[in-house]
Amino acid sequence: MYVAVKGGERAIDNAHAWLAEERRGDSAVAELSVPQIREQLALAVNRVMAEGSLYDPDLAALAIKQSRGDLIEAIFLIRAYRTTLPRLGASLPVETEQMSCDRRVSATFKDAPGGQILGPTFDYTHRLLDFKLAADGEVPQAAQTTGREEQTPHIMSFLDREDLIQVEGEGADVPDDLTRAPMELPASRALRLQALTRGDEGFILGMAYSTQRGHARNHAFVAELRIGAVPVEMDIPELGFAIEIGEVTLTECETVNQFKGSKTEPPQFTRGYGLVFGMTERKAISMALVDRALRWAELGEDNVGAPAQDEEFVLYHCDNIQATGFLEHIKLPHYVDFQSELELIRKLRREATALQQVAE
Amino acid sequence: MHALEGGFANAPIDAAHAFRAVMNVTARPGVIEAVQGATPPAPLSIAAGVVVLTLCDPETPIFLTPRYDTPAVRDWIAFHTGAPICAPADAAFALGEWDQMPVGEFPLGTSEYPDRSTTLIVELPELSTDGATLRGPGIEHTATLSLPEIETFQSNAQHFPRGLDFLFTCADRLAGLPRTTKVS
Amino acid sequence: MDGSDPNAARKAWMSMLAKSPATLLAQLWGAFVPPQHSVLRAPEIGGVMVRGRAGAVGAAFNLGEMTVTRASIKLSDGTVGHGYVQGRDKAQALTAALIDAMMQTDVAPRVQAEILTPLGNAMDQMKSTRAAKAAATKVDFFTMVRGED
Repeated sequence: MYVAVKGGERAIDNAHAWLAEERRGDSAVAELSVPQIREQLALAVNRVMAEGSLYDPDLAALAIKQSRGDLIEAIFLIRAYRTTLPRLGASLPVETEQMSCDRRVSATFKDAPGGQILGPTFDYTHRLLDFKLAADGEVPQAAQTTGREEQTPHIMSFLDREDLIQVEGEGADVPDDLTRAPMELPASRALRLQALTRGDEGFILGMAYSTQRGHARNHAFVAELRIGAVPVEMDIPELGFAIEIGEVTLTECETVNQFKGSKTEPPQFTRGYGLVFGMTERKAISMALVDRALRWAELGEDNVGAPAQDEEFVLYHCDNIQATGFLEHIKLPHYVDFQSELELIRKLRREATALQQVAE
Repeated sequence: MHALEGGFANAPIDAAHAFRAVMNVTARPGVIEAVQGATPPAPLSIAAGVVVLTLCDPETPIFLTPRYDTPAVRDWIAFHTGAPICAPADAAFALGEWDQMPVGEFPLGTSEYPDRSTTLIVELPELSTDGATLRGPGIEHTATLSLPEIETFQSNAQHFPRGLDFLFTCADRLAGLPRTTKVS
Repeated sequence: MDGSDPNAARKAWMSMLAKSPATLLAQLWGAFVPPQHSVLRAPEIGGVMVRGRAGAVGAAFNLGEMTVTRASIKLSDGTVGHGYVQGRDKAQALTAALIDAMMQTDVAPRVQAEILTPLGNAMDQMKSTRAAKAAATKVDFFTMVRGED
């Protein structure tokens, strides 16, 4: 018998009120402000912007506050907000060559023009807890020297000049957009890169790590990793020309992989590419490795059956909002579904018992 | 009048009213509704202007018939909607008078995505409930509408679930003819 | 940028207004009495899809959206101004549209001197401070003396 039930409204209201109180925590402790989160938890803000797929540090900080620091919940809030915005248009592709680099390192060329700029990095720290931070403390001033005025060229452009690196192909004028049309496989590279840049950092990291451990034979060098601000230009229909509509901080990672050549391609280096909103270095490197692994078909390599080469597996499982939505829904009431399962299992047991008795 | 004027005064409210009217006339073929809020440049009717403001954006390319493809119309559409002007084969919307519409050149959608077809906004000199007989979803028995012809709409309905959808505009009035309607 | 581009100057000021810190712009604008105007497009918050290129040089792809607010106004003499600013500050978008219009009229020199120049200087200063900090983290390699001699 199907019995529709409703109720729980009072319980839900009270649960949400308690949530608000728990979110605030002990009122004897000062409340966190949104600007404090934006300025002092900037890397969490960056992750929420990257995976929420919306560059707006204030909104990301608000989402982190609202979600009590649950970043996937915060990303969910940003994705939901994003859908309410009218799409004013699309930018011209950002020119990362114009980046004002806060950080720029190469693992392949020591003396690259522009140099190795470490920036505000965790690298070379000892990973020892700093108890000075537990107390209020003065921050020492960062050192300054004469800054670079000219653009910093991409390291890949040097390999490109010698014809040692695979040439990047042209794509559609209007790239596929998975926020507008359902993803169709096989996916264009544009669609793969979009899915990866907004994909879950942990998932992409795990996939990238699997290629390093031997699943897909992906031995990558980081030719260049750069982080900094890039202007965003858009054509304005009512003006008839493009203007800069803002500036975003991006992390870009270009990897080179050895490539023995194929029937159509000479031996040369191939590229993996990562580009992510904010200072999101681990994610950008991971993205570049997974991008490279997914390119086996267009580069004429063998599919060795590695998970990171499986486009369907990677692209359909990298989105943490889709994943968590499906995963978490199983905790919500399934009373009727389960009732039918229960009846089925009882029936099967009765039949099995009856058969056993006949056999005896 | 300046090309950048004549948009919705209160876009969220005006667009919501207009959207409801567009939805109603599509759901009930043969019903005529009056709309308001736009003051588009000539030769656009108020109703055609309202439909463009309500449904078009940078991701919905519009085809304009030659008489409608004027600098003033282009500027108005660009400023208020951002929709690009395009060839018939790329059109999400088409706007103009009936006899200038290259009906055979518009996309009909695919079996997987029948929504990827063109919606034609057809400007008529007259719009009334005198005319062709309509049957199908949204019509209890039959309805009538002053369609500019019959055969094109009959063959369009045969492509179902693919096919074109039509909105007819005249002054401030609006009627609709979805691909599901049988015309005789 | 091509020096002969007739839109170069307008493009430059609109781009600067788009990236300007809202509080600084509001402060500089505070000294001005807004001219008579009508609003063509009330401030509107929207999203712009930011695109990148595969491998920095190849095919375009969609990176994610950013928030942008825009507004358009018309001065009583008919001059139209458009404002596009990053983020969700409606007042900033309206101010940018008014400044864009005024820069096309004969008050342009005053707007340039009292708003755009100080705004540009402040933004350049912020940028060069960051570049100077980055430069201080540049690695100076030196070769170790080899041991076999």
